[in-house]
Amino acid sequence: MGFLLDSIKEISWQNGLMIFIGCLLIFLAIKKDMEPALLLPMGIGAILVNIPLSNVLTTDEGTGIIDWMFKIGIEQSEALPILLFIGIGAMIDFGPLLTNPKLFFLGGAAQFGIFLTIVLAAVLKYSINDAASIGIIGAADGPTSILVATVLNSKYLGAITVVAYSYMALVPIIQPFVIRLVTTKKERCIKMPYNCKCVSKVTKILFPILVIIVAGLIAPKSLALIGFLMFGNLIRECGVLNTLSQTAQKELVNLITLLLGIIISSQMTADKFVTTDTLIIMLLGLGAFTFDTIAGVMAAKFMNLFTKNKINPMIGAAGISAFPMSARVIQKMGLKEDKTNHLLMHAIGTNVSGQIASAIVGGLIIGLVLL
Amino acid sequence: MSYSETILKSLEIMWKGMLAIFIVITIIAATTVLINYLVKSVNTKKINKKENKNDDNY
Repeated sequence: MGFLLDSIKEISWQNGLMIFIGCLLIFLAIKKDMEPALLLPMGIGAILVNIPLSNVLTTDEGTGIIDWMFKIGIEQSEALPILLFIGIGAMIDFGPLLTNPKLFFLGGAAQFGIFLTIVLAAVLKYSINDAASIGIIGAADGPTSILVATVLNSKYLGAITVVAYSYMALVPIIQPFVIRLVTTKKERCIKMPYNCKCVSKVTKILFPILVIIVAGLIAPKSLALIGFLMFGNLIRECGVLNTLSQTAQKELVNLITLLLGIIISSQMTADKFVTTDTLIIMLLGLGAFTFDTIAGVMAAKFMNLFTKNKINPMIGAAGISAFPMSARVIQKMGLKEDKTNHLLMHAIGTNVSGQIASAIVGGLIIGLVLL
Repeated sequence: MSYSETILKSLEIMWKGMLAIFIVITIIAATTVLINYLVKSVNTKKINKKENKNDDNY
């Protein structure tokens, strides 16, 4: 009966730690409601792949189920993170951004943290591929992080994904602290009236097509991400594919997120995850989020030097693409300073511009690294 | 790639990346303003034409 103890004999303290981390992710997902659709499958996956002698990664005949799904769904085609963008695009209403196009610049500026983190990671002696993959955590966009780390063949894919999604869930804690550090009470109280100018249907239909053409011509490597994002948005806005739009927003997103979570866990084996690099990546990821937030706020302050209608600098922080969490944080902060200060629509506009900018930056980084 | 080459490459990615995103964003924003303007002026013209037709009928 000794064979019953084979797996237990093989287990190391690192495996034990990873199983504990798996349980922690499940706890955070269920008890704290932190990105449950992703953290729960990742937690289960972390437990599955760290039980020695199991058949989820390798079998006697070859590849196990989780490893097979990783190879097919991510490594060979990058299909799953890209397909997820159809659903994300179908969820987004670009209306608030289209009524106030200058918010585009805040979304662009808030990507600065990504580039600064790439330099910091390079200084810490990471290879350029790994540094770029770590920097993209600052995009606050899980699928983009997965895609960039996969295309650049980073050995830290598991850590990068866990860190990216964890910090996205921690936006309500990280951003208010950073915003208060770089703004004064007077700036936080700036009111921005929202003129509900209706955007015509034609504009909403032309916009995704325009973005595909412009982004594709200038940054062709971003076209897989931005193209699918805008395809999803066109399904939403065209008005003749409502059933497909609903399916993309719900079933497609839920199914891919579920699969992504468990597939990414194939990279969470103890030998890859229990290293000091994981801790450094966590710190660099936090830095990326912080720098992004500061850059967005500073860009809004800079724009205030030239505009008559002042912008509340806090909305610049919503330029990271954690949608719609970041916009909600700004709305809450605005109301906390002044109960009549409603910033939600402006913050949403900045937030969706961050979605577009982060997808383009993901493609740009791939292109620049592989240049 | 040596250490100094890696740092130089990361700096290159930074300035080229920020410049590229600024250019893309500017073009998209400018074209959006243009589309908004065109759609608005076409709609205004349509409304004016309708009003003129109604006036003629009276």
